Amino acid sequence: MDLSRRWLSDYVDISGISDKEFADRITLSGSKVESYAEEGAGLKNIVVGQILTLDRHPDSDHMWITTVNVGADAPLQIVTGAQNLQVGDYVPVALDHSTVHGGKEIVAGKLRGVESNGMLCSLGELGLTVHDFPYAIEDGIFVLGEDCDRTPGRDIREATGLDDTVTEFEITPNRPDCLSIIGLARETAVTFGKTLKLPNATYGTCGENVRDYLHDVTIHDNEKCYRYAGAVVKNVRIAPSPKWIRERLRACGVRPINNIVDITNFVMLEYGQPMHAFDLRYLDGGVVNVRTANEGERITTLDGEDRELSPEMLVIADANKPVAVAGIMGGEYSGIMDDTTTVVFESACFNGVSVRKTAKKLGMRTESSGRYEKGLDSDGCRRSLDRALSLVALLDAGDVVDGVIDVYPNPKAQTVLDFCPDWVNNFIGISVDADEQKQILEALDFEVRDGKIYVPSFRGDVEHKADISEEVARFYGFDKIATRDLSGAAAGGFNEQQKFENLMTGACIALGCSEVATYSFVSPKVYDRICLPKDSPYRKNIVISNPLGEDTSVMRTTALPSMLDVVARNYNNRNLKEAFFELAKVYHPRGTEELPYEQLTLVLAEYGEGATYYTLKGKVEALLETAGVTEYDVLPMKTAASYHPGRTAVITVDGKELAILGEVHPDVLENYGVGTKVYAAQIDFDYLYQIKNTVRVYRHLPRFPALTRDLAFVVDRNVPVLTIEKLMKAAIGDILEKIELFDVYEGVQVGPFKKSVAFSLTLRGHDRTLTDEEANAATNRAVNAAASVGAILRA
Amino acid sequence: MKEQLERLRAAALAEIGNTEDLSALDAVRVRFLGKKGEITGILKQMGKLSPEERPVMGQMANAVRQAVEDAIENASDALKAKQKALRLEAETLDVTMPGTPVQKGHRHPLSIVLDEVKEIFIGMGFSIADGPEVEWDYYNFEALNIPEGHPARDTQDTFYITEKMLLRTQTSGCQIRYMENHKPPIRMIAPGRVFRSDPVDATHSPLFHQIEGLVVDKNITMADLKGNLLTLAKKLYGEDTQIRLRPHHFPFTEPSCEIDVSCFRCHGKGCPMCKNEGWIEILGAGMVHPKVLERGGIDPEEYSGFAFGLGVERLAMFRFNVDDMRLFYENDARFLKQF
Repeated sequence: MDLSRRWLSDYVDISGISDKEFADRITLSGSKVESYAEEGAGLKNIVVGQILTLDRHPDSDHMWITTVNVGADAPLQIVTGAQNLQVGDYVPVALDHSTVHGGKEIVAGKLRGVESNGMLCSLGELGLTVHDFPYAIEDGIFVLGEDCDRTPGRDIREATGLDDTVTEFEITPNRPDCLSIIGLARETAVTFGKTLKLPNATYGTCGENVRDYLHDVTIHDNEKCYRYAGAVVKNVRIAPSPKWIRERLRACGVRPINNIVDITNFVMLEYGQPMHAFDLRYLDGGVVNVRTANEGERITTLDGEDRELSPEMLVIADANKPVAVAGIMGGEYSGIMDDTTTVVFESACFNGVSVRKTAKKLGMRTESSGRYEKGLDSDGCRRSLDRALSLVALLDAGDVVDGVIDVYPNPKAQTVLDFCPDWVNNFIGISVDADEQKQILEALDFEVRDGKIYVPSFRGDVEHKADISEEVARFYGFDKIATRDLSGAAAGGFNEQQKFENLMTGACIALGCSEVATYSFVSPKVYDRICLPKDSPYRKNIVISNPLGEDTSVMRTTALPSMLDVVARNYNNRNLKEAFFELAKVYHPRGTEELPYEQLTLVLAEYGEGATYYTLKGKVEALLETAGVTEYDVLPMKTAASYHPGRTAVITVDGKELAILGEVHPDVLENYGVGTKVYAAQIDFDYLYQIKNTVRVYRHLPRFPALTRDLAFVVDRNVPVLTIEKLMKAAIGDILEKIELFDVYEGVQVGPFKKSVAFSLTLRGHDRTLTDEEANAATNRAVNAAASVGAILRA
Repeated sequence: MKEQLERLRAAALAEIGNTEDLSALDAVRVRFLGKKGEITGILKQMGKLSPEERPVMGQMANAVRQAVEDAIENASDALKAKQKALRLEAETLDVTMPGTPVQKGHRHPLSIVLDEVKEIFIGMGFSIADGPEVEWDYYNFEALNIPEGHPARDTQDTFYITEKMLLRTQTSGCQIRYMENHKPPIRMIAPGRVFRSDPVDATHSPLFHQIEGLVVDKNITMADLKGNLLTLAKKLYGEDTQIRLRPHHFPFTEPSCEIDVSCFRCHGKGCPMCKNEGWIEILGAGMVHPKVLERGGIDPEEYSGFAFGLGVERLAMFRFNVDDMRLFYENDARFLKQF
């Protein structure tokens, strides 16, 4: 909402309050100023001048040499190429070292040998258009009319009214009343302790009866239209509006058009009530039907677009056809034209939700619909209509026919609240006495009497005593409310799950991985990119019905693609060796009646020099150790999508999959444009949390010495080391402290399809020193057990 | 014999003084003190002396032997010390060469800021709550006084899954969920991801993080709100930080306000960071709307509360002077490793 200071001053005296002070204080009382700017601030050193002489330039067939009275001792000689000047004209003169609109500097110089001490300006050079001064021409010098102050030497901004200050407000959606000059004037008056003067809305009529012209108005849908008031003006005299209207509209960002259209816009800005004017000629049957559109009905709106309407949309129709989309935009042919003679003025109140939906569906948000959407005051329709008619009379834009057709089937009940100053004080934490609270409320046009508050109709946002407390608090001053520390003890802190998350992410960082943050939504194409089979359940995901684009249109069911994006970006940015992790949510749909399962997964990836399957597995093992998960199975996984068939494992606990880890499949890496091997792991964090054991109990440091025995076997290469380890572990029993694999070898010495694996066993008794015999017996048991998978002890 | 001993002592000490290494010193020891050594030889001749001469000469000979032994030991110590010094000298490293690189992990800057805020609130007795990101329309809007058709829905362009299911646009729904499951006194924050249909640019992202806060108890007033959030501001930006409350509108709080902190760079004087205003907006807050308390199953006549919300990205951008929000989600290691 743009506010003209000049316009505001019509209703509240703000002389002596600087623009900055105004902005600061009105912001702190609740109307937030985004910015403010002086109109014409870029214009420097441009004044009014009167043409004294006008002679042809001797060396040019189109230039003129003028002398201009600019209020100084001597007239100035200025050369101009304009053809629309006469002696005696008043014109804008950009003096030596002046700045015109757009920042161009003007300095004195010579034109074809003749001295020119400045420049005569066009509208454009002042940042104006012919809409602002309809009597001026676009491609010539702006000849000032009688509506300007034509004192030679007068600053051009003052002379033309281009000296307003425009303040831009951010109006919150609960205060549609502040989308108006009057609304902001009321806030201003209370903020600065001034009096609000409302404009005159009285007018005389030419007699006759409105129904002689507008025969009837019918509202067919009381839910979508609360009120419709119509009046008629005949003998319309279309003309430009006077300057005081034009400059106020301009400052508020509305283009002046003609007196009738300008009046509707003026009242909309002044009272916040959208107005519409129809040409009666095009109203078939002379009736207005406020109804929903018929199936397939069309309208060409004022912007020239042909639009198809649907049955839930409210229209203003005559006997046959729609002439406007209610509250949004009028029809092209029923608008005001130069030969219009009789006009119907509409001031109506429509259902905000309905207007919002229609505007959205038609893809046309207008000044009008933006206001209706927020819910306007149906009680205000008549007042705004009267104001419009009074302006018609004032501007002599036509003859107002007697009477108004005002259809208002269900007048709004006034909101009445209890006046409870003590509750307000306790709720806010202030002590403002009842009289002062009453004063604030009355200044805002609330009525307070007999312990009740009568809420003005334009304050639809006030419906509870908490709302009253806000009115009191914001004008009392939020800054005057005390500050108090919370009292009483409270048992806060992280819960078990949050502590575990902190523990695990801390461990990832300690393992050299950097945390990343990626989007929760992805492109449905990522499933192809990570080579998921067509029938994979992971392709069943939550689809956003109105996404920004395909890239962010589905909720991920796996966080691997997000991680691979990160890897690819880093690889392409020449970050040669990196390790990352993300504790990421993935979303598994559970139908439309249940929210999805939001699963936490811990994803790791590493690449670059030194990174191998085993460095990644080392990290995963360290994480499991951190989580206190020691009993798990590792199985080779030949068929995991996205992963290398020979270099991938799943980790299971109690038969349930906890993690998958491996080298990312070369096809996937190709899809991501990554030219190096990448190792990735996905851990089901919710399951990990279930089986975690982070309780730590001290175990004695060993009191008895350990014995070590090294064993090397030759075995088929496809026998997993873990299988041999498990067999030996079971065979040895609890004196086995540790098995360490220290060498794996494949080569001619061990024969084809064979490998040599060497383990170091650490044996220890917790209650005694083991004898060699015990150790040897245990070793023998291990060797025999290993033999069951064909492992033969090397000589 | 006496002269002979004096001569041997002088000769031995002179030779010891000239030795340059331990093996030469050992040769000297053998020559004078070994089994066939010259001093040993003299001692062997003692028997040939007269009984009167024997003790005198014996004493003298022992003294000479002792002196030579002492000299050898001293020389040996000195030589060993010298050798060690040489060895250490030879082991000299260029201590200015860089250390062996360690691959260090880094916490994401958003997490760093989030951790900081959590710590501040935990210090004030708050718990940390969570809520679903894919949420019902009811919790995200309706229960928060934003019914269907409410214009506030327009300001938060929402991603919808179905008519009733959406991606939450605010963490405020956690207020209702928390109240449904907890009785006052309540002190909680709920950090999390939120989603709005904003195209990506330097200051917008369709996904960002918010921290919701809720305090409900008997006699909670706006003074508590101010006190609590002033503490937050001071812990985040320093003891001399001030806050300013501007009236605002949120459907689920009444009164509502936006909260500015005095600019932590210029301390209110005006600088590019605060756009010369001296204040930077960091929070939205207000007294919980009585209807919202009711929907959470809490009697608004008995209890009152305040709620607030802040944007994590915004805090992180200020904290680390990051000028482009996209950096947080691009995860370039050169960016991540700065934190």
